[in-house]
Amino acid sequence: MKKLAFISLALLALCSFTITGYNVGDKATDFKLKNVDGKMVSLADYKDAKGYIVVFTCNHCPFAKAYEDRIIGLNTKYASKGYPVIAISSNDPSQVDEDSYANMQQRAKAKNYAFPYLFDESQSIAKSYGATRTPHVFVLEKSGNDYTVKYIGAIDDNSDDATAVKEKYVENAVDNLLAGKPVNPSSTKAIGCGIKWKS
Amino acid sequence: MAPTFKKTFILLTILPVLLIGNKVNIVNFEQLQTYAAHKTNDTLYVVNFWATWCDPCVKELPAFQEVYKKYSSKKVKMIYVSMNSAKELNKVEDFANTHKMEPLVLLLNGGNPNDWIDKVDSSWSGAIPATIMYKSGKKVYFREGDFTSASLDKIIQSKIK
Repeated sequence: MKKLAFISLALLALCSFTITGYNVGDKATDFKLKNVDGKMVSLADYKDAKGYIVVFTCNHCPFAKAYEDRIIGLNTKYASKGYPVIAISSNDPSQVDEDSYANMQQRAKAKNYAFPYLFDESQSIAKSYGATRTPHVFVLEKSGNDYTVKYIGAIDDNSDDATAVKEKYVENAVDNLLAGKPVNPSSTKAIGCGIKWKS
Repeated sequence: MAPTFKKTFILLTILPVLLIGNKVNIVNFEQLQTYAAHKTNDTLYVVNFWATWCDPCVKELPAFQEVYKKYSSKKVKMIYVSMNSAKELNKVEDFANTHKMEPLVLLLNGGNPNDWIDKVDSSWSGAIPATIMYKSGKKVYFREGDFTSASLDKIIQSKIK
């Protein structure tokens, strides 16, 4: 009986682990996802990267839209320093047509994205990472083939007004990583659109 | 008063209400807490975080309205807390009136969400819709995600017992 209780507890722990995704300090999985140019993209493709700014985002969400230019700004500022932006849309397009692959291609073109905008069609990467909303950022530090999660959360503290931002969380995280310092805060929360999961 | 005059008078009195409808108050997080979390009576307060542009939120609204109607004789109060920008107050008021959102709609202008999301519930990632219920000053339920009227009904039924 005790054994049974232990097994069910262990199973429960396992389940909750898979649901919650990564915590800061966990090793993140690499992926192979289709970019808007039709080519497959993986983290391992970036031989010279020191890390990555992985942004779960999408076309339709007003919060994601409010952050579009700021995401472009992050790539402009940090790609050359070894931290490129990797944008991923995991939304089910059958629920929101604006998030279809064709519409992702259009958006990337219209906004002149200099970073990949990947389609996580099976939604497995969003699930592995524990992304729940858009935008939802995971800053990873690369060491060999290991990708360690160093920051999870919001881009900054003001979705509504980029000029009124006080805390640039992602910039702060990457600046600290580049300087070899600990990231603080290493996780934050923001309001966002829930990722549209397939039913 | 002459009958026609009386009619005009009544019309003039109710016309502004018809035109303006219900006002949506902008609140900060501490103010929001006084509407439900800090109420110590035995009413079940159902606080729904939503936005006019959030499709799943709009889709689940009829479920909340149906359940609210069903429990109208019970102590159940819906509070719809909009996550729209405060700049969109008019849009929220229009939406609330068109969709007859009752009894209360608020717009939360809470500053940095990182400061208050965990205070609502530490398991909330910040995605909407999300719904929290309070009774007698205590949190009795939280869920990130949407409801059907059957699933909402079941929860509310278990909480008003």
